[in-house]
Amino acid sequence: MTAIDLATSPTKTIDARGSFCPGPLMELIRAIREGQVGDILAVISSDNGSRADIPAWVHKAAHELIGVYPHEGYDEIVVRKLR
Amino acid sequence: MQHVLILGGGVGGTLVANLISRKVKKQIDAGQTRVTVVDETGQHVYQPGFMYIAMGDQDPRSLRKPERRLLDDRVDLVVGKITHIDEAASQVVLADGTKLDYSELIIATGSRILPQSIEHFEQEAHHFYSVEAAQRLRRALDAFSGGKVVVGIASMPYKCPPAPLEVTFLIEAELRQRGLRDRSDVHYCSPIGRAFTIESVSQMATPELEKKGIELHTFFNVEAIDPERKMVMSLEGEELAYDLLVLVPPHKGAQALMDSGLAPQPGGWLPTDPRTLNVGGRENVWALGDATDLPLSKAGSTAHFEAPVIAERVAARIQRREPHARDSIYTGKVMCFFEIGDGKGTLLRFDYEHPPTPPTPSRLWHVGKIFFNKSYYRIVPRGRGGTIEKRL
Repeated sequence: MTAIDLATSPTKTIDARGSFCPGPLMELIRAIREGQVGDILAVISSDNGSRADIPAWVHKAAHELIGVYPHEGYDEIVVRKLR
Repeated sequence: MQHVLILGGGVGGTLVANLISRKVKKQIDAGQTRVTVVDETGQHVYQPGFMYIAMGDQDPRSLRKPERRLLDDRVDLVVGKITHIDEAASQVVLADGTKLDYSELIIATGSRILPQSIEHFEQEAHHFYSVEAAQRLRRALDAFSGGKVVVGIASMPYKCPPAPLEVTFLIEAELRQRGLRDRSDVHYCSPIGRAFTIESVSQMATPELEKKGIELHTFFNVEAIDPERKMVMSLEGEELAYDLLVLVPPHKGAQALMDSGLAPQPGGWLPTDPRTLNVGGRENVWALGDATDLPLSKAGSTAHFEAPVIAERVAARIQRREPHARDSIYTGKVMCFFEIGDGKGTLLRFDYEHPPTPPTPSRLWHVGKIFFNKSYYRIVPRGRGGTIEKRL
C-alpha cells in the first residue's frame, strides 16, 4: 500500500509520465478547470520540475497540496481543489 | 503504385513533399510512386510574418504565395478540406466527397486558433495569429495614447512560444519611442512559474523585463474577461485591469484528426514518436510540425528540421532499403530568433538533450531574423536552407 492510498483516494489520476515541463502542470490545470470543489487530483509525473512547479502553482491558486509522493522513476503529486 | 499523401501545405508539408520527390525521383518518373499534397486553400502563408504586420511594416501580400509554385513539378497538389481519415481503408476523405488512397500518410495539418472559446475574447482582446487580427492590433496600437497594456497567453501549447514575449518587448519599445511610456504600464502574464517554458530563456528574458519596467505575472492562466470592468481574470484568482489587452488565443490540432480517432481530445495533438516521428506506432503514418504532441516549440523551425527525417524514412520504405542512420532520427532540433526590442534580438538553438544558451541580445540577431523572414520563400520550402543553418 502506498502513502497516497493511506492518505486518501484520488477522484482522478492524471498520468503525465513522459510529458515534460510544463506538460504535467498544464494537465493538472485542465483537470482543475473541469473538476468539482473537493475533488482530489493525483498527477503522476516523471519530470523532476513538477516537484517544484506543481506545489508552487497549487499555493498560488489557493488549492491544497496533499502531498508529493516519490516512486521509482516518477512522482505522484496529490492536490485537493478548494474553490 | 505507392502513394505518399501529405496533409497540409505549410512549412512541414511543403518541405517534406519536395524532399521526398527528390529522393524518389526515379520511382516517380517510372510511374511507380506518386507524391500528393492536400491543402485547404492552395495558398502557402508565412505565419511568422504576422507579428510584423502588427509590430512593423510588413505587407501581408508578401507573406502569401500559391502552394503550386513552391512544390516540385513531380508533386501533385489537391486543394480541398480534409474531413476524415479512414485508416481501415487507407483513405483520406475530403469535404467534396473525394477519396484519396494512401500507402504512406504524412500529417502536417498544423494547429488552429480558437479565440471564440473564451467569452468576450474577440471583442476585447487582440492577437497576432492571423493577418486580420494583426492589422487590428496595429490599428489599436496607433490609436493608443497611454494606459495599461496586458499581454498574456490563454492556454498552452501555442504557436511560436517566444512570440508573446517578443510582442511585449516590441510594444514597450514602441511606447518609449512614441513618448507614451511614462503614461503606460506594461504587464506580461505567463501561465507557468517563470517568464518562458525553457529555464535558460527565462534567465535571459527576466532581467530584460525588469530592465524595461515590464511587470511579470507568473502562474496567470487566463480564465475570463470582464468587458465592463476592463479586467482579465486568471484561474489562480488574480485580476488585471487593461486598456489594451493582447492574448495568445487557445490552440488545438485539426478537427479531422480528432474526429478520425488519430488525435485524442481535447487538444487534438497526434501522439508522435519523438525520434522516428511515426504516429501512435503506425509504421506508415507520420507527423511533423504543430500537429504533433512533442514537447517542443510549435514553430515552422521544428517542422523544418523534422521534414528531412520523415523524407528519409519514407523514401527508404519506398526503395525497400534501410534508412540512412544519420538522417533518419529526429534529435529535437529547433532554432529560432527572438526579438528583444530596440532593434536587438537573440537566438534560441536547442534539441532534446541540449537546452538553448541564448547569446547576449544584439543587433546581429535582430537583423538575422529580418533577413531570414525575407529569404524564407527562396530557401525553406524547397529545402535550400542547409548552408544558412550550418553557418548559424
